Amino acid sequence: MKRIITVTVLNQSGVLNRVTGLLMKRQFNIESITVGHSEQPQISKMTFVVHVEDKQKLEQLLKQLQKQVDVLKVNDITEKQIVVRELALVKVLSPPTLRAEINSIVEPFRAATIDTGKNVVTFQVTGSPEKIDAFIDLLKPYGIKDLTRTGVTAFVRETQIVNSPQLSILH
Amino acid sequence: MKTSVEATEQVYEEPEMPEAPKQVNGADIFIQTLKKHKVEVVFGYPGGAVLPIYDALYKNPIRHILARHEQGAIHAAEGYARVSGKVGVVIATSGPGATNLVTGIADAMMDSIPLVVITGQVATTVIGTDAFQEADIIGITQPITKHNYQVKNVEDLPRIINEAFHIASTGRPGPVVVDIPKNMATSIFDTTIDIDQEVYLPGYQPTTKPNFLQIQKAAKAISTAKKPLILAGAGILFAQGSDQLVTFAEKYQIPVTNTLLGLGTIEGEHDLFLGMAGMHGTYTSNMAIQTCDLLINIGARFDDRLTGNLNLFAPNAKVIHIDIDPAEIGKNVPTEIPIVADAKEALEALLALDIPNVDTADWLASLNASKVEYPYHYKADAEKGLLAQQVLELVHEYTNGDAIVTTDVGQHQMWTAQYYKFNHPNNWVTSGGLGTMGFGFPAAIGAQLAKPDAQVISVVGDAGFQMTLQELSLLQEMRIPVKIIILNNRALGMVRQWQETFHEERYSQSLFMIQPDFVKLAEAYDIKGYKIETFEDAKVQLKEALASNEPVLIDCRVVQKECVYPMVTPGTGLHEMIGVKPE
Ligand SMILES: Cc1ncc(C[n+]2csc(CCOP(=O)(O)OP(=O)(O)O)c2C)c(N)n1
Repeated sequence: MKRIITVTVLNQSGVLNRVTGLLMKRQFNIESITVGHSEQPQISKMTFVVHVEDKQKLEQLLKQLQKQVDVLKVNDITEKQIVVRELALVKVLSPPTLRAEINSIVEPFRAATIDTGKNVVTFQVTGSPEKIDAFIDLLKPYGIKDLTRTGVTAFVRETQIVNSPQLSILH
Repeated sequence: MKTSVEATEQVYEEPEMPEAPKQVNGADIFIQTLKKHKVEVVFGYPGGAVLPIYDALYKNPIRHILARHEQGAIHAAEGYARVSGKVGVVIATSGPGATNLVTGIADAMMDSIPLVVITGQVATTVIGTDAFQEADIIGITQPITKHNYQVKNVEDLPRIINEAFHIASTGRPGPVVVDIPKNMATSIFDTTIDIDQEVYLPGYQPTTKPNFLQIQKAAKAISTAKKPLILAGAGILFAQGSDQLVTFAEKYQIPVTNTLLGLGTIEGEHDLFLGMAGMHGTYTSNMAIQTCDLLINIGARFDDRLTGNLNLFAPNAKVIHIDIDPAEIGKNVPTEIPIVADAKEALEALLALDIPNVDTADWLASLNASKVEYPYHYKADAEKGLLAQQVLELVHEYTNGDAIVTTDVGQHQMWTAQYYKFNHPNNWVTSGGLGTMGFGFPAAIGAQLAKPDAQVISVVGDAGFQMTLQELSLLQEMRIPVKIIILNNRALGMVRQWQETFHEERYSQSLFMIQPDFVKLAEAYDIKGYKIETFEDAKVQLKEALASNEPVLIDCRVVQKECVYPMVTPGTGLHEMIGVKPE
């Protein structure tokens, strides 16, 4: 199962290495990681998308993360009300003859054109990973020259509709 | 350094040293911080990157044990820590010095041994340039340390050392590496900085007090169980909770089995003790696990050598697991009643309750019958020669089960676990998790330094001993009375056993065609050596050797083709042991 996990860490040198090293050592499959400063100085937030086999493995993952000295908080937010965002830069072949057509395709995605050349154009799109996937699929037939995705970052919403089951970290 | 020389016969004149500078540098502060932590002995080996540290040590001495290889130093520190309950401190230089420690660090991580490991590093100005003797020891040891640090500002040094001691020795103990670049050791330290700062680690708050609701749940499970069983692991030893364990087991008459590392938590000859469980444990212990209806794991981690095939493990049991490390609970075995706590505190909380209706009389009667029916067994045959098991029974007899015993890894380790019955906790030092050959002998040196008046016996195989025998120099130098017993089968015995059992006796690279003369080797280090070939000799010479107050090496020539039984073969369940009865 795919899980979205946020990890709040002290900004010590090597903390990213420790956390990713731990996932590798315990054979967890990371789909994406994003890291950045949080609202507090010295504290960073990481967002992981990982694949785990079952609940037992998931619990193990959360506990192993929690065990790290520089890790302050671990949350599996998959089942919460969350905002999930990813950003992608897509450079696509866009000869003048097709440009209008392409623009009409990307329009509903509210993608921004951030660079244009004679025959290529670069879009910036943000949204859920599914939205980005759809965006890329639509542009594929025109010829994607370059593509880069940031990986997922996520936030828990203020209001939670249901009390989603949470695996306890500490029993 | 004076102290390590004190005991030798020759005392060398120490060369005149230039006046020490008045200012205090990182190295001086480092030594002061060690003293603040009441470090009495450090194990190490100098080199370029740690010269400033050794200089500070020269000016402000702490007893330093100069091992002959960094691996020897760290295993000695592990032995010291295991027996004393204190943090073992190791110092090595950058690059090769640091990488020589890797095996010991991994070993300490697996067996939860508290160590503070100091490695020198090239100066911060050249880190990352492949400078002479540079190795990324932080990267290398990241997966095998509880935590690690590189000192990047000299002002941080005392705080980091304080944190390292705190992390190594609290919660689930483990090794902490502190990498000190050379220029951090030589930088001038601002002495207005307080080196006694309280440790503040918001991300590291081990839970030691058990949750009362969970304790009540455990009590309820115990009161309804017909066949409860305690699996006692080394977590109890680290928590100094053996007395509480025994009191608890006796109060409710619950039988106890041990993991390999948990030996000593209860007296080896206690009526409620079933022997060790697992791959080479007693049939009674393993069957008790398979038939119990409540398994109370206290401070053990359900290692695969203990559980056998997990799918077949303890099929009838409800599981209570008490562990200070929450990540161990539910890792391998589904657990109905998890209790995150220090083992002693959890036992005390359980003892504070009065659990009604615990009646184990029938269960104990059947286990006692099984103990009589299925003891460890071997077939002595004077024609064939001396057996390792016979030697170990004598060792137990001559030391009354009171000795500190360290082992290496292999058959001799399993036989020692089977035949040496410990009267006291923290007298058993062996490499369980990593299974590190070369561990046993240096660990005995550390143990003897921790307990100078105790009898320390190191049982080793002829192969593993050759991995770290250079530390004989330490016995020669300090004349500490470690007794080395080599159970010499002229083979990599455990490998040979598996080849006999699982590879149709194809002894690929496991038999020694040639060996050193161990007695002469001992003599080269000015240590008395014995060679024992028969049981009759063993009775006389072993007794004499063990009574000596000098270091001694005893080369016991034992039968080569002897196997450790009983055995849970890989992939099978605990109840499927082979060799439970003599053929
Ligand atoms: C460093 C290391 N290398 C290899 C092994 C694999 N191994 C386990 S037991 C063993 C044989 C040990 O032989 P010996 O020390 O003579 O002890 P015995 O089994 O004969 O008692 C070997 C090679 C190991 N445990 N550790």
